[in-house]
Amino acid sequence: MEDNKFKEIPKEKFEFANVGDKISDAKFDTKPIGYFKDALLRFSKNKASVAAFIIIILIVLFALIVPIFTNNAKKGLLDPYYAKKGPRIASVAEGTNRRLANGGTERTLRETSYIYELAIGAGASYVTGSNKNTVTLSQGSESKYSPINYLKSSYKQGKTNYYKGNVDTYLEVGFVFLSLTKDELEAIEKWQAENNLQVLYPLIDTGTAASPNKYYYGFTDFSNAANYWYKVVTKSFDTDIVRQYGVLTPVSTKDGSDKYLSYSDNLVLEDNFLRDDNGNVLYSRPTGGGAEGMHQYEVRVLYYNYYIFKNGFQPNYLLGTDSQGYDLAYRMSKGIQLSLILSVIVSVINFIIGAIYGAIEGYYGGAIDLILERVSDILGGVPFMVVATLFQMHFAGKVGALPSLIFAFVLTGWLGTAYRVRAQFYRFKNQEYVMAARTLGARDRRIIWKHIFPNTLGTIITSSVLVIPGVIFSESMLSFLGIINLGGSKTTSLGTLLADASSIWTKYPHLMLAPAVVISLLMICFNLFGNGLRDAFNPTLRGSDE
Amino acid sequence: MGKYVLKRVLLMFFTFFVITLMCFLLIRLLPREMPNDNNLKEVIKARWEALGYNKPLLVQFGIYLKNIFTAFDFGTSWAISKMKPVTELMGERLLPTVLVNLYSLVFSIPLGIAFGIIAAVKKNKWQDQVISILVMLFVSIPSYVYAFLVQYFLYFKLGWFPLTIYSKLDAGGSYFTAKMFYSMIPPVLALSFGEIAGLTRFTRAELTETLTSDYMLLARTKGLTRGQATVRHALKNAMVPILPMIISSFVGILGGSLIIEQIFSIPGVGQLYILSVQQLDYDVFMLDTIFYTFVGLLANIVVDISYGFIDPRIRMGER
Repeated sequence: MEDNKFKEIPKEKFEFANVGDKISDAKFDTKPIGYFKDALLRFSKNKASVAAFIIIILIVLFALIVPIFTNNAKKGLLDPYYAKKGPRIASVAEGTNRRLANGGTERTLRETSYIYELAIGAGASYVTGSNKNTVTLSQGSESKYSPINYLKSSYKQGKTNYYKGNVDTYLEVGFVFLSLTKDELEAIEKWQAENNLQVLYPLIDTGTAASPNKYYYGFTDFSNAANYWYKVVTKSFDTDIVRQYGVLTPVSTKDGSDKYLSYSDNLVLEDNFLRDDNGNVLYSRPTGGGAEGMHQYEVRVLYYNYYIFKNGFQPNYLLGTDSQGYDLAYRMSKGIQLSLILSVIVSVINFIIGAIYGAIEGYYGGAIDLILERVSDILGGVPFMVVATLFQMHFAGKVGALPSLIFAFVLTGWLGTAYRVRAQFYRFKNQEYVMAARTLGARDRRIIWKHIFPNTLGTIITSSVLVIPGVIFSESMLSFLGIINLGGSKTTSLGTLLADASSIWTKYPHLMLAPAVVISLLMICFNLFGNGLRDAFNPTLRGSDE
Repeated sequence: MGKYVLKRVLLMFFTFFVITLMCFLLIRLLPREMPNDNNLKEVIKARWEALGYNKPLLVQFGIYLKNIFTAFDFGTSWAISKMKPVTELMGERLLPTVLVNLYSLVFSIPLGIAFGIIAAVKKNKWQDQVISILVMLFVSIPSYVYAFLVQYFLYFKLGWFPLTIYSKLDAGGSYFTAKMFYSMIPPVLALSFGEIAGLTRFTRAELTETLTSDYMLLARTKGLTRGQATVRHALKNAMVPILPMIISSFVGILGGSLIIEQIFSIPGVGQLYILSVQQLDYDVFMLDTIFYTFVGLLANIVVDISYGFIDPRIRMGER
């Protein structure tokens, strides 16, 4: 018959078998809902899981957006002077009267330290051409370069005055001595004139090696020597105390003897500038020998402005800077990227190996199952820590730390997936539809992948998602313990950031806070997300929450 | 039962043997560096000669096993503590690890079970919701974050406890002094949060399941009050999976927690492991590996067998 030549019978050929008034068949009014659509519907009802999913997306967006939009990332900026600093955003700090995002820490300052901080502001307000410091301390405190963000209170304890306040750790760097080539020096001079920002400040009279200036204390370990542009002495000549507090007492030499100065608003500090024979202050001087034009020039720069000169923007650090001086926000985004990529790769590989291994074990059973189970028993018995360590020792030198870590994760990671798949196969392989398929002549491969495997998908997807927080945690732990090291100038991981912070976090809590919060958030959210998926993929829970 | 236990134990030892062999081979294959000290070099050379380091690897393994069985000699530490037998080194460090973990378990088991029971009995009421949210948070947050929080609040903010635990000498020459116990409180706390949360979640899940089963309905129809039914019927049945878990965590305390030991500088097995990796002290590393493997396998088998004792119907790993 002609009609029988259709390979597949077209839709129009079907008609409902309704005889007379009796309706024995009708078209569905509702749309069919598949397994995955049903899961999606139920998942979206689970508010906690959806919220967790949104937070994960936000963290991923953070990791993707930060490297694109921050200037610090473009240059891969590493600034040793601005290491371990708190969060600071110049425009916000200025807009809120230096209350927010000011790079500040709370400090209690002795009187001499308070003068030291104000002197940075006063020194930065130095009037060019005056050849002499005329700025009072209160004028200095109003300078935008003054490190004191705001003063909270002052009190007297014993003989010493104490000042409590918030100090901007970026501006506190103040002045530094630099050694520049002639070209660099000229570039700065040109830039100063164009931008109306002063970078170069008068040098300090250090004296010579033979006759050192008695009002200058250039201790070798004093990174802040350039900030003592005013005449200072040590009260007791105990340099250890000075080193400990880093603070020297300002003096006045007007009446021939050294008089200790104490704080007052209109105190004008006596400067200690280097002057030439005519009494003019010097901004640079050649150092070392060599031919003309090959000299290095010693200069004293205001580091904040020098930073702007060098980079073209103000120091803006959303989360502060890490122990080396990288932008912590940028490092965090790199760390999140690495941790997520690592865990997703591991999860996918585990998924594939686990699915195949578990399917073979579960479907064939018997002797194959027994042998394969022994293999996974043995692999499962090796502590993960030992696997990771051995892989690092053997392969890190040859293929790098990251690939050997992935190997370590994969070696034992797929066991969980395989175990679940095997259990599911045991459950489904004797059901009628499998029997039907086999009777129709389907091969083993077809039965495994087309008939049974889709039933196990829900479970495996859930367990694969739950692998991710596990990997993030294990990576951070291994980095933290120093067993692996994923840090570098371009890459880092969340665990490496934590490990970096672990020895210094008591002094700089923000270094620990940012990675710890992100790791905790990721773990919580992935667990919630995974649990939501598990409930959504479990058809027995359908309707139980309504 | 006896046959079942025997079978499981034999299988465990087979697994244990294969893992030991693999780890031994992998560790012996690592490049070894000689120290600069010439005298020590000679000693090490002589010792390695005796241990057959230039013989085939499998022969080396034979010698290693022979030494263990005849002299209980697991090797010598060359870097961490020169020329000391590694078993001695390990023995010293077992006690602090066990103590800290034991304190933490003693503290967290009653709390965990109690919270679990409250959550299950008050299912879907506010008590359950609060507990469930907290459990979700505490289970997910990594243990080192607790360690830092504990250090931050108890040491920096309040100043109640020392930053790390006291050394044996400071605490009066023993791990059992009150001073030592006091300094161990922060690591115990840091360990307990996760422990309590895990146990709470497990107890809640098991108890809600038994609370909804048919025999509970029967018990109530017989005239038992809700409290009686819960304690005598539901709780007892819920304990079937909970008890093995608790027993296995008592085995697990031998292993301890690497990261907590590192942060609070507890001179335990975990710290020894890190030290042996850092200083490439292979014999110590090998013993630590064997130790961790054994503890892990033992915890597993203890769970399976104790299931069988608590509920004779269950035979884990049987088909």
